[in-house]
Amino acid sequence: MNDHVRVGIFCSRLRVEEKLLRDALVHRGIEVEIVDDRELTLVLGQPLRRWDVVLERSLSQTRGLAASRVLESLGVLTVNRHAVAAACASKLDTSALLDAAGVPTPATAIAFSPESALLAAEDLGYPMVLKPITGSWGRLLARINDRDAAEALFEHKVLLGGPEHSVFYLQRHVDKPGRDIRAFVVGDAVVCAIYRESEHWVTNTARGARTRNCPVDSELRELTLRAAAAVGGGVLAVDLLEDGDHLLVSEVNATMEFRNSIDVTGVDIPGHVADHVREVARGSLVGAHA
Amino acid sequence: MCPECNATVGLRDGVERGEVVTCLECNAELEVIGLDPSRFVLAPPEDVDWGE
Repeated sequence: MNDHVRVGIFCSRLRVEEKLLRDALVHRGIEVEIVDDRELTLVLGQPLRRWDVVLERSLSQTRGLAASRVLESLGVLTVNRHAVAAACASKLDTSALLDAAGVPTPATAIAFSPESALLAAEDLGYPMVLKPITGSWGRLLARINDRDAAEALFEHKVLLGGPEHSVFYLQRHVDKPGRDIRAFVVGDAVVCAIYRESEHWVTNTARGARTRNCPVDSELRELTLRAAAAVGGGVLAVDLLEDGDHLLVSEVNATMEFRNSIDVTGVDIPGHVADHVREVARGSLVGAHA
Repeated sequence: MCPECNATVGLRDGVERGEVVTCLECNAELEVIGLDPSRFVLAPPEDVDWGE
């Protein structure tokens, strides 16, 4: 068997994460090509043999999803698989899959008009959280503390218009202890987890949250792996909330950032990802599919 | 040279093509498109679908 592995890293910017992933892959003897998503053209119907696996790291979810969909149709394996990335790109899809798998999540409601959204908000109780169906880095999250604020926000969404504002995704606000948990899944393992701490209710590192190692106990491991399996598995970051004495899964991310998590956990996250990519590639080289 | 303010932009060791650096003079985010000599363009602004 030819053991030579070629990996394309599909990205928009060469961030710290992409450099670390590239270096980890090269360290394992893997041939790596950095592919700028602005420069790539994919033609349907023309099998692509340039890479065994593409590691999809685009900053743009739209570009990443489009590329992974076409790459898969051209016979190239992608990490993550398109279906997994698509599920994670939509909070609605993620919630539906988690719920179907029996994974505990914050109570969530969907509505399609400001009037029905108001009824749903009253049922969930205040404070509650209004989230965009798609979105990252804590953008457009709104904690709604009372009916007045709900009416104002829902009216704003209607007047802003556009399909992205036509679905109201509402979630019970979880009174977490100034932090949430992000657990990193690579394949069938939870390689590490961090606390993301902030005085702000949005505990996202893109919004300035601090990181600290979170020991992975059996409850965290089991719930994280169930959440990862619910969306199809792969290389994932599962966000969890501490709700009293139990955990809830809030989101699953398919193109995880990890630069702030390596030092605090002492875990070589890019190394684990590189090992996983190599395994996926070797599976493709012997004809199996990941 | 910064395309926004014409200041000279110094690069630390190890910076590669495709990385984004900040002009210390005007704070513009610059994408590195060449290294020898160093060349920059204004980095694309964050879009609504960007993120993990």
